[in-house]
Amino acid sequence: MTVAGEESVLVAGHRACPGCGGILALKYALNALGRNMIVHVATSCMEVSIMGGGVFPRGEYALTVPSLHTAFETSGAVVSGMDAGLKALGKREGVNLVAIAGDGGTADIGLQTLSGAAERGHDFIYICYDNEAYMNTGNQRSGTTTLFAATTTSPVGAKKRGEQHLPLRLKKDMPAIMAAHGIPYVATGSVAYPGDLVRKVKKAAAIHGPRYIHIHAPCPTGWGFPESKTIEVARLAVQTGSWVLYEIEDGELNVTLKLPQRRPLKEYLSMQKRFRHLNETELSQIQQLVDRKWTELGLQ
Amino acid sequence: MSKPYWTKENFPITPIIRNPAGSLAFKCGLWRTTTPIIDSQKCTKCGLCEVYCPDEAVHKSEKGVFEINYDYCKGCGICANECPPKAIRMVAEVEESCTSES
Amino acid sequence: MSGNRAVAEAAKLAKVNVVSAYPITPQTSIVEYLSEFVANGELAAEFVQAESEFGAMSACIGASSVGARVFTATCSQGLALMHELNYVAAGLRLPIVMAVTNRQLSQPLGMWCDHSDAMGERDSGWIQIYVESCQEAFDTVIQAFKISEDREVLLPTMVCLDGFILSHTSEPVDVPDSQIIQDFLPPYKPDSEYHTLLDVQKPLAAGGGCPPAFTMEFDYKKYEAQENAKEVIRKVDTEFGDTFGRRYGLVEAYRCEDADVILAGMGTMIGTAKEVADKLRQEKGWPVGVLKLRSYRPFPKEDVARATAGSKALAVVSRAVSYGVGAPVYSDVAAAISNSGQKPVLLNFIAGMGGRDVTQKNIAQVFEQGLKAAQTGEVQSEIEWVGLNKNLVGASP
Repeated sequence: MTVAGEESVLVAGHRACPGCGGILALKYALNALGRNMIVHVATSCMEVSIMGGGVFPRGEYALTVPSLHTAFETSGAVVSGMDAGLKALGKREGVNLVAIAGDGGTADIGLQTLSGAAERGHDFIYICYDNEAYMNTGNQRSGTTTLFAATTTSPVGAKKRGEQHLPLRLKKDMPAIMAAHGIPYVATGSVAYPGDLVRKVKKAAAIHGPRYIHIHAPCPTGWGFPESKTIEVARLAVQTGSWVLYEIEDGELNVTLKLPQRRPLKEYLSMQKRFRHLNETELSQIQQLVDRKWTELGLQ
Repeated sequence: MSKPYWTKENFPITPIIRNPAGSLAFKCGLWRTTTPIIDSQKCTKCGLCEVYCPDEAVHKSEKGVFEINYDYCKGCGICANECPPKAIRMVAEVEESCTSES
Repeated sequence: MSGNRAVAEAAKLAKVNVVSAYPITPQTSIVEYLSEFVANGELAAEFVQAESEFGAMSACIGASSVGARVFTATCSQGLALMHELNYVAAGLRLPIVMAVTNRQLSQPLGMWCDHSDAMGERDSGWIQIYVESCQEAFDTVIQAFKISEDREVLLPTMVCLDGFILSHTSEPVDVPDSQIIQDFLPPYKPDSEYHTLLDVQKPLAAGGGCPPAFTMEFDYKKYEAQENAKEVIRKVDTEFGDTFGRRYGLVEAYRCEDADVILAGMGTMIGTAKEVADKLRQEKGWPVGVLKLRSYRPFPKEDVARATAGSKALAVVSRAVSYGVGAPVYSDVAAAISNSGQKPVLLNFIAGMGGRDVTQKNIAQVFEQGLKAAQTGEVQSEIEWVGLNKNLVGASP
């Protein structure tokens, strides 16, 4: 993975924030796939960072593959159309179709088109990098914002304290939703565990049909931690059990990182300003939900 | 007077950027306020700095040690934070260009 | 065959590569016919059964951007749901062809014909052609691909046919030989130096942001393309006429040369208007004519000015309302002739909303008011809602 290596898909000079987790997610996933791809990037931080958004024509285009941006909610449908178009033209073989979106463009506004694409069984890889809010527009809550996190549309005040997912959920469980579609491959990843992520991406690349990879990508700007701590925060998310690394292949669950013991949640949450306000009740509510997730996944 | 980039003849019909990896022309290293310096003596050549760098700003030199590409390093400090032997320190960005100490 | 069947047959014979559509009354049978054609192998295309209309247009954009010839259809709520992506498609300069079986936009909710749906897209950059018959629907779909794919145009086209009135009504349709159509309409061949074309061999980024320094210039290029489209529509129509014997033009000026009163309008009401014009000329000697606006976008300013230059009254009938100002077709016609030095009195009519029949009596009323205006040089009212039930609304009769 060098500045402009042989098979680099993502190169240097992009406009992402220093310490951006989203860029790391794409660096691992896209470079693992290699250059035989066509990409649709939904409106997101990544779209403006790597597609030269707002800076035509100087070409701050940080990819070495063809890419298209249409709108915020369209990723699933656009790759469906690309899949159909290439197939109809007899050009489908050997080209990866990759849809990239943030959590907003996946779990919220983009859910419909993604669901349709998965249900119809198109041949594509969907990469969701999850920074738990609409970061491109300045940190507004999304369906995957962790419970009680402060964002600009779920701020902490006298009446309401952060994100309030009702009924109580830790965050919208996109991997479970995608698995419920019965697609051949679903995986979660973290930027702190690149080896695990790359292995999963390469496995996905060898499968046909809809493949969904959900990458936890901490955002220093939005979550409120120093830029140098992105990997550390991502690692703690996994080690405290609040983000579990697993894959579901043809319906079979395989947890790829088993923890003999979970670190205290406080270690992860206290690193981030967005949880600065948490009281004991809220902390224990989050803990309960993490515990429940572990039980659901058949873990201790 | 330099030739204009766009003319009537080459202006596209829709905003298309036709130079893949064109971002390499953008030296985002100019953003830095702190700079990583790798102590090549302490460096164990594990390569984690290169793996975890979001900006493709660390690479292995011919000598096998890791070097920062200051053209693209935004100074986030992830490399310094993750380096197992703590061979990278962050210093305040100064006027002159920095090189790794040998 | 019905208008919907005609449209589906045309898309089939145009050998489209991808269809992505979502059903909505009264377009539904277009989607059903095309599904059938694909299922039984008559059409070698990929059919993406979209999960919504914005999914459908997004898939069309995806398919077109990799070089496929793409077709879709919708109307009413579906067209409105596609709105965001319609602008994207036109801005990316993708030659998508879409049939719109014009139906009212709710609220009030209804299945029936008016032009309010397509009016919502009239500023999007899409070419809009309104047809009068099932034959014309067939012919125009074939023409539309050639128009859209022309290098000087590269804008998507909507072929508008009145919902239920044409979509579900059977008329005789001559379906030409497949080979002749293929000779007329060769395969779509985009090139990555000019078109929005995603090709692994020639990477590019499309659809990303554009700063203020350039947006107006890209908008201007779209504007220019619409201007070019006038000539291209004429050219394609002439070639179509030479090949298949049927020619339609940007407008059809029916008995306008010696008309004092001209009725201008779009869609199936024109058929009725021509009949009434003939009757009135024969029975009462009224000097009346009909101007069919076939191409609504690009708006055929010069053709309208030329056709109406000698008239004394020009009655514009819109099948849509522009709330707050009046009627859209009237506004466009008025603007077209405002600087041309001619001075027919302009009359503003709204008719046929929500599927209300535009009857022969209605048309005769329009001509009658036009004649009065031609004689006095004045209009009775600023706008007239033809066929309105004045027992329920408005000033009492």
